[in-house]
Amino acid sequence: MSLRVEAGVEAADGTAYDGLRLRALTKRFASFTAVRGIDLDVPRGSFFALLGPSGCGKTTTLRMVAGLDAPTSGTIELAGKDITGAKPYRRPVNTVFQNYALFPHLDIFENVAFGLRRRKVDGVDKKVAEMLALVELDAQARKKPAQLSGGQQQRVALARALINEPEVLLLDEPLGALDLKLRRSMQIELKRIQMDVGLTFVHVTHDQEEAMTMADTVAVMNGGLIEQMGSPAELYENPRSTFVANFLGQSNLIEGRVTGRSADEVTVDMHGIGVSVPVGRAHTDGQQGWVGIRPEKVLIGDAGSKLDAPGNTIPGGVVSDVSFVGVSTQYLVRMPWGQELMVFAQNTGRDKIFRHGDPVELSWRPEYAFLLDHSQDVRAGAQEDG
Amino acid sequence: MRWLREHLVLILGMLVLLYTFVPIAVVVLMSFNDPATRNVYRFDGFTLDNWINMCGPETEGMCESLWLSVRIGLLATVVATAIGTLAAFALVRWDFPGRSSSNLLIFLPMAAPEIVLGSSLLALFVQAGFAGQLGFWTIFIAHVMFCLSFVVVTVRARLAGMNDTLEQAAQDLYATPAQTFWRVTFPLVLPGIFGAALLSFALSFDDFIITNLNSGSETTFPMYVWGQARVGVPMQVNVVGTLMLVVALVVVVVGEANNRRRAAALTK
Ligand SMILES: Nc1ncnc2c1ncn2[C@@H]1O[C@H](COP(=O)(O)OP(=O)(O)OP(=O)(O)O)[C@@H](O)[C@H]1O
Ligand SMILES: [Mg+2]
Repeated sequence: MSLRVEAGVEAADGTAYDGLRLRALTKRFASFTAVRGIDLDVPRGSFFALLGPSGCGKTTTLRMVAGLDAPTSGTIELAGKDITGAKPYRRPVNTVFQNYALFPHLDIFENVAFGLRRRKVDGVDKKVAEMLALVELDAQARKKPAQLSGGQQQRVALARALINEPEVLLLDEPLGALDLKLRRSMQIELKRIQMDVGLTFVHVTHDQEEAMTMADTVAVMNGGLIEQMGSPAELYENPRSTFVANFLGQSNLIEGRVTGRSADEVTVDMHGIGVSVPVGRAHTDGQQGWVGIRPEKVLIGDAGSKLDAPGNTIPGGVVSDVSFVGVSTQYLVRMPWGQELMVFAQNTGRDKIFRHGDPVELSWRPEYAFLLDHSQDVRAGAQEDG
Repeated sequence: MRWLREHLVLILGMLVLLYTFVPIAVVVLMSFNDPATRNVYRFDGFTLDNWINMCGPETEGMCESLWLSVRIGLLATVVATAIGTLAAFALVRWDFPGRSSSNLLIFLPMAAPEIVLGSSLLALFVQAGFAGQLGFWTIFIAHVMFCLSFVVVTVRARLAGMNDTLEQAAQDLYATPAQTFWRVTFPLVLPGIFGAALLSFALSFDDFIITNLNSGSETTFPMYVWGQARVGVPMQVNVVGTLMLVVALVVVVVGEANNRRRAAALTK
């Protein structure tokens, strides 16, 4: 109740948020809380991605925004208006469903025209023709959905939602059923369409690469909570939790003990080696923590050589695995304390390629490291086969 | 021997078809029979008389009974299909207390022996003081009762197989609940409702046991045939049988042609 009042006060200020705003949004099913009080601001006109593993509550969140599920508590606000209790057919929001949900008894033209006809908009024929041209389906207008390929059906679903020019377009893993190649080309297509029409897109996916390449802003969701939100680069470079560090790309996480905190850096003892982490990248107040570093930020060299990095050198590594993947070489290096660290070295041609069993040293620039809370699960969010 | 083994399935299939088609063929043949005597059921000569004089004097009461059966069949079909469809929606779409037991109870009229249903209905009518008014309306009520469960089961199967995200998609695209029903739900369930109606009519037209117990002085077509069987069935009964067959064939052929057309459109 107090949340509603707050939202009202905000609107009265004349500083109403013009995007989509979720406040303390919660959805409890009989015995299970799928969404645990999330706060989210989606700026108007942005391409926003909701990224998270299966079952984390992404679809449930979208359904509440679309009005198909009623929130247990919390508010949904769109352009300053509270729409928490509004019926789905009264919201300026449209959804591209995970399984498309095209009407099988209507042809492509009528599927796309459905929303316009319900709102009694003028010039349906012209608008539908234009929309079908945009998604390159003009030739299929009189076919039934079952006669189209998966990629074409997906475009119909998109066209059917897009033609209504909703304030927010919700996309629930719309590319999930497509093969990799089609998926990549549809990602580019979707991004192009979003820029053309300038609508707000909320795109749900569990593919981190998809979220990173398409979205302006990514919210990482886990277990019904938003773990972190920001631009793809921000999330990748400065993750705040082990889950984000592992779920978005890969990370080396090394146990360490905090030995000092100054105004601009935190020093950590990592199995006897001192490293430093900038204050803005240290996300724990505790005595213990996980020092994180992305594999491509780690430099590798012969034992005793001089590495081009101002940080400490970590000696005593032995190469335990080498895989050559063309643009880079990916090493696993066994450290003296038993942990294997990942190192991705660009194949610039200047550095030598190490072999299995070679003794090596590692190093990295301190500004790339981050420090995470020790109480978090070091394996959280890691891909099993990644 | 080898030939026999390879074609065994085919031969068995043919025999089954033969087994089912022989009685039908006899009915069609007999509709053109010119019988020497009414007591011996045998083909004596070809004539079109039975077709031309279907409602002639020697078939007294047959056409009246036929007309009664058609009227009751149509009325019971409309009413049972309407109520049954609504019940199917309630059973699939609403979670009310007692839903699962209702789902089970709906099978009861299909499983119970007709003679039991018929006599208990009669007892009910008599108890309620309708003993003197047995006739058209009691037959109608009885037919609606046994058609209902078939309608519910047929429509429910269709509804349960329907993806409810389609209705959510309609609502998401600005369709009010009423528009969602008429534009999406109803067209998708319609084939199930149509099938249920055909089944209802066939069941009603065909029923003898329950009807016989609750008909009072009225005579439906099956009751007429039963009554005549003891004194020799007039050949015109075969004409009615052949006509029913033609109607059924037309329905099947039209439906099949529709399916073919749809399938052809899909592969185009
Ligand atoms: N109607 C429901 N009743 C009970 N639990 C539900 C219901 N709908 C969803 N859940 C549960 O809520 C959790 C979140 O579901 P949701 O569909 O939002 O996940 P998701 O993030 O979209 O996953 P996916 O990537 O697999 O689609 C799941 O654990 C699911 O089992
Ligand atoms: Mg989902």
